Amino acid sequence: MNRLLTLAIAVAAVGGACGGAGPATSSPTAMVAASAAASPTQVPLAGSITVFAGSSLTDAFKKAGEQLRLRSPGTDFVFNFGSSSTLATQIINGAPADVFASADDANMQKIVDAKLTDGTPAVFVSNRLQIAVAAGNPKGITGLVDLAKTGLIVVLAAPTVPAGKYALEALQKAGVTVRPASQEVDVRAVLNKVTLGEADAGIVYVTDVRSAGAKVAGVDIPEQHQVLARYPIAVVKETKNARLAKAYVDYLLSEDGQKLLAEFGFSKP
Amino acid sequence: MRAARPPFAIAALAAIGVAFFALPLVGLIYRVSWQTALSDLFTAEALLALRLSLFVSIAATALGLLLGVPLAWIYARVAFPGRNVVRALTTLPMVLPPVVGGVALLVAFGRRGLVGEWLDAGFGLRIPFTTAATVMAATFVSMPFLVLTVEAGIRSIDHRYEEAARTLGASQWRIFRQVTLPLVAPSLFAGAVLCWARALGEFGATITFAGNLPGVTQTLPLAVYIAMETRPEVAIVLSLVLLLVSLAVLVALRDRYLRLD
Repeated sequence: MNRLLTLAIAVAAVGGACGGAGPATSSPTAMVAASAAASPTQVPLAGSITVFAGSSLTDAFKKAGEQLRLRSPGTDFVFNFGSSSTLATQIINGAPADVFASADDANMQKIVDAKLTDGTPAVFVSNRLQIAVAAGNPKGITGLVDLAKTGLIVVLAAPTVPAGKYALEALQKAGVTVRPASQEVDVRAVLNKVTLGEADAGIVYVTDVRSAGAKVAGVDIPEQHQVLARYPIAVVKETKNARLAKAYVDYLLSEDGQKLLAEFGFSKP
Repeated sequence: MRAARPPFAIAALAAIGVAFFALPLVGLIYRVSWQTALSDLFTAEALLALRLSLFVSIAATALGLLLGVPLAWIYARVAFPGRNVVRALTTLPMVLPPVVGGVALLVAFGRRGLVGEWLDAGFGLRIPFTTAATVMAATFVSMPFLVLTVEAGIRSIDHRYEEAARTLGASQWRIFRQVTLPLVAPSLFAGAVLCWARALGEFGATITFAGNLPGVTQTLPLAVYIAMETRPEVAIVLSLVLLLVSLAVLVALRDRYLRLD
């Protein structure tokens, strides 16, 4: 049901962007033209917003910010990346966020429960898990079962952050018990430990492995052990720039935004 | 000369300064849920972190004494070329962001590090993610406090005691043990306690170099950071404990050993 709702919101958002100018068509070029033409009477987007986002979104969100800045010169996007749970705590304690994107529903729900969202959060993208290993896979890791091998240094994200929670779910599905060498504060810290060669393996998102480039390789986790990570996003109620915040969210939900996210390895919601 | 009454502006600014430091403490006390404070403090994870922190901070202080006292003595007594540069190097962690210290430790002692690679290949010794790494991180950031305090102590000793011992035929080593060390006992104590308090509070270098695993590398500050996301009441109680311990240390030292005035 939640997914239906999301879809409805996504459709509404995209439709809203096009609605002002002529017939709504679905071809991407028409949409860009439409959104550009949509605002001859409107004041152009301006100012800056701060986006709080789960660390797995680091590269994709920066790129999205660049794209929007190109479209609307005079706008600026500041990012605060970290574990979704840390960010949720910060927002509840009054951190000046305009947009919040979480790697799981639970941490978004904290913000909703605190009545700090503007409208209902929309799931804008999803992600899957992968085992990050050193390039060339020197330890010959083929799946989750191998992570239980003695002598292998495995790091996971802390069970309090989404990536850690998802990793435990996947391990549980596979019936594997892993003794991690460390429970890192967010998924990017897990990736870093593998990139630096300090850890032999870590469970991260597919998108993290892709962003790490040549130093890290990914070992796939079979479908029956996979965990689908759904990422909700919302405008924070106390935003000082609701228009730009909404434009950022709308962009990610738009066809262009989805295409950009797919380039970083994210899947459709 | 004693000013009977400070000018209003100075008193007002000083009061704001005090409030700036006092309010966070008041805030913690205010937010502690006192009904559950004890049970929060004695949760399994808090106790594990408390025990590890005690061990790590005491081990770091012991290491600091072992290596830091000779260093302080050399700084105070031996004039060698480049002394200021070497002293600056060993004092660097006092002003360095601890995370930077952690990164530096990692690239030196990590599995792919300058020394770490050799330790791994030669002895199968891996430091990151172990309690040893936690002790190293704590020592790295806390030892400079001990070295500076003890060096100042040694410099303030009256030279004549040591010279008298020398004329009586005592060896350098014996003078150091039986004359110098007893004379600097107060600064030794103050330095050790400062070092211990700093080690107890270490976060950035630890999480970067040693990682975070309950019972192995998750010290109190790390446990506070992790708990803040899921069980803030535990984080607040633990923070209060750390704060009160540090405050007690400073008050005690100021009165008895740190003659700053």
